[in-house]
Amino acid sequence: MHIHAYEKLWLALSIVLILALIGTVTYGAVGPGVAMVADSQSTIDPAALDEDERFSEPRVEQVGENEYEAYVVARQFGFQPDPIVVPANSTVTFYVTSADVIHGFEVVGTSANTMVVPGEVSEITVETDEPTEYGIVCNEYCGAGHHVMQGKLHVVSQSQFENRGGDSA
Amino acid sequence: MSTALESERTFVDKFPDEARVVRAAFLSSFFALFLGAVFGIIQTLHRTDVARIIPSTDYYTVLTAHGVFMVISFTIFFLVGLFTWAITRSLDRPLLNIKITWTWYGLMATGMTLTGVSILAGFVDSIDMSADVLYTFYAPLQAHPLFYAGLVVFIVGTWIAGADWFRTFLAWRRDHPDERIPLQTFMVLTTMTMWYIASSAVAASVLLFLLPWSLGFIDQVNPTLTRTLFWFFGHPVVYFWLMPAYMLWYTVLPKIAGGRLFSDPLARVVFVLFVLLSTPVGIHHQYLDPGIAEGFKFISMTNTMFLLLPSLLTAFTVVASVEYGARKNGGTGLLGWLTHLPWRKPEFTGMMLAGLMFAAGGFSGMVNAGMNINYLIHNTLWVPGHFHLTVGTAVALTMMAGTYWLWPQISNKPIYSSQIGLFQVVLWFIGMALMSNAMHAQGLLGVPRRTAEPEYSGFDYPTMFGGFEELNIQIAIGGTLLFVSTILFLGNLVLTMGNPTASGLAETLPTPVSGPEDAPQVLDNLRLWVSIALTLVVLAYALPLAAIINRGGLLGPGVGTYPVWLAPLFDALADAAAPLLGAVTDASAALVEVGR
Ligand code: HEM
Ligand SMILES: [Cu+2]
Ligand SMILES: [Cu+2]
Repeated sequence: MHIHAYEKLWLALSIVLILALIGTVTYGAVGPGVAMVADSQSTIDPAALDEDERFSEPRVEQVGENEYEAYVVARQFGFQPDPIVVPANSTVTFYVTSADVIHGFEVVGTSANTMVVPGEVSEITVETDEPTEYGIVCNEYCGAGHHVMQGKLHVVSQSQFENRGGDSA
Repeated sequence: MSTALESERTFVDKFPDEARVVRAAFLSSFFALFLGAVFGIIQTLHRTDVARIIPSTDYYTVLTAHGVFMVISFTIFFLVGLFTWAITRSLDRPLLNIKITWTWYGLMATGMTLTGVSILAGFVDSIDMSADVLYTFYAPLQAHPLFYAGLVVFIVGTWIAGADWFRTFLAWRRDHPDERIPLQTFMVLTTMTMWYIASSAVAASVLLFLLPWSLGFIDQVNPTLTRTLFWFFGHPVVYFWLMPAYMLWYTVLPKIAGGRLFSDPLARVVFVLFVLLSTPVGIHHQYLDPGIAEGFKFISMTNTMFLLLPSLLTAFTVVASVEYGARKNGGTGLLGWLTHLPWRKPEFTGMMLAGLMFAAGGFSGMVNAGMNINYLIHNTLWVPGHFHLTVGTAVALTMMAGTYWLWPQISNKPIYSSQIGLFQVVLWFIGMALMSNAMHAQGLLGVPRRTAEPEYSGFDYPTMFGGFEELNIQIAIGGTLLFVSTILFLGNLVLTMGNPTASGLAETLPTPVSGPEDAPQVLDNLRLWVSIALTLVVLAYALPLAAIINRGGLLGPGVGTYPVWLAPLFDALADAAAPLLGAVTDASAALVEVGR
């Protein structure tokens, strides 16, 4: 087959580009350890969340020094808890599940973003910085009230977090 | 060079029956484009809060209609029309049996009507029927059974269409045992091969799970499984939209530019690559899904990146072919040749602008494909920003531009106004540049897609790229220009149909610079490519599907049903349908009698 010289060059450059793209993603995965939402959690009965140890009472819990876990339930058309209150400068792992249909969980303006599928638990870990407030939106269509489905993430100082009282339930 | 005799006869002169089918398919396609554009402008003005003429809860009926009419009806009806033309033209023989041809057209039209009715019924409160599930119909949101049934009928129609073209090809093969498959026929056959593989999954999902579930035969489905089966189909379908555009870029655009296709063998390589690579990548739409292992996502990501190759090759070949035409007509210099091109012709300018936007879409697509950067933009308005460049322009604008060239060939009617045509394609380009750019930018701010009211009470978007409000204005202006452009296209076509027929409109397609004789014979070995493609699909999907079923069970981990339609009237409907079905059976029996 006759291939023009320029065409060969183009082909070579294309393949370099493709390998470079694969390379950057691979580096992102194994280098700085950008974790993906994956199948690390086992399945769950979405109709029986109220019997589940983690999701019967959606909340934020301390699990280690500077380590926290947030158990979040998405359902038509809101998130629990709301707001989700977490301490600054800490590691927070979100476990998000749905009580009904497929939803999304997006902390606006960040890459904390996951699908929320009934029967599955999405796990995402983030590092918080300074105290601030973020919006949370459901970014997957979930029914006629989808556009009202929002929540808040409050990153507060350690002392405020300890004095937060009952507002995380 | 074409023979004088050939150039005197247009496609419709030679193949009047086939031309009628092509026209019918195109008109169905453009009717869907019209509906899609009406819903498109309604939702654009709604979500940007410029004008809200519907309650926000109806937004999702509009969005479902826009998605389904644009990417299922508009694109696929155009494809079957174009492929019917291409097979007949390039094999230079009529289809085997035009009745079969009309049968598949009829099935597609019926199926789409059923699905369309089930969607539009969502606007009428007194009809307990709706299908507000968007074009991705993710369970456990549930549509009326008619929605799924219509989709199946439509897809079966496309399968028969493919069979029709394959049979015509085989008949040609018996008469021409040693010839190379003509290029356009090759494109049709490879594209349809891909389609059979891809659509089998969505057909299985609908027939085994969604339709029985919507009819109440099973209580629940596995949402991850049906979602995965959807995306098994959902990625290759984008190439199903794109291949008609590629066919026009490879075979018609060089001719309009005054030249010839650069390389026939490379074109074949590109289509073979699509057969091989377009399916084992669908999981890239599920990077953010729980319940799917990271390894599977990674495999899908690497395949996706390789899928850039055929499009990069296409960019080269198409530009080289156009440049060849320009230089043949006196163009010189590094870029000076660009002035020796027929920019006044809407069919040329439209396709070139479409190609340019496709390149931009390719860049934003690389971001989507990057498994980690994807987290920033997944399900934000970035994504519609991306695919309005690809399917919404590379495909849609090429189809409109192609129509300016093709319609005279299939009707013997000259286009009403080339000036309006030229204005229309440029307007589309400007409108899309505005709308898509602002959509990308809003996506980066975190503005979600698929929502009636993207402004939330609880927080404000960060101010970057001009800010949320300003970008909304750009989206609204862009969308309005697109709507006007669509209406101009359709108006021009209607006026064209009112033109008296003329003679001397015939155009032929030149042979490539480097012809099929340069292409290794193995490229035409479709059996080989099908078996490799199937192997790759099994490799990419067997384990993920097994893992999903293993986790959640075939029918899901206890997930319920969330109809976005109401049940009671359905029983009444079924009662009403029973006698109707009886009547149809009787009528067909009678027909069979008459047939004897
Ligand atoms: C008249 C020109 C058009 C306008 C004004 C328009 C506008 C829009 C807008 C604003 C959205 C985003 C809605 C949302 O996510 O809330 C959208 C979605 C979409 N558009 Fe268009 N569009 C046009 C043409 C097209 C064309 C030509 C195609 C394809 C051939 C197309 C395919 C789609 C699809 C598939 C979606 C996604 C639907 C979904 O999320 O379920 N559009 N369109
Ligand atoms: Cu939602
Ligand atoms: Cu894809």
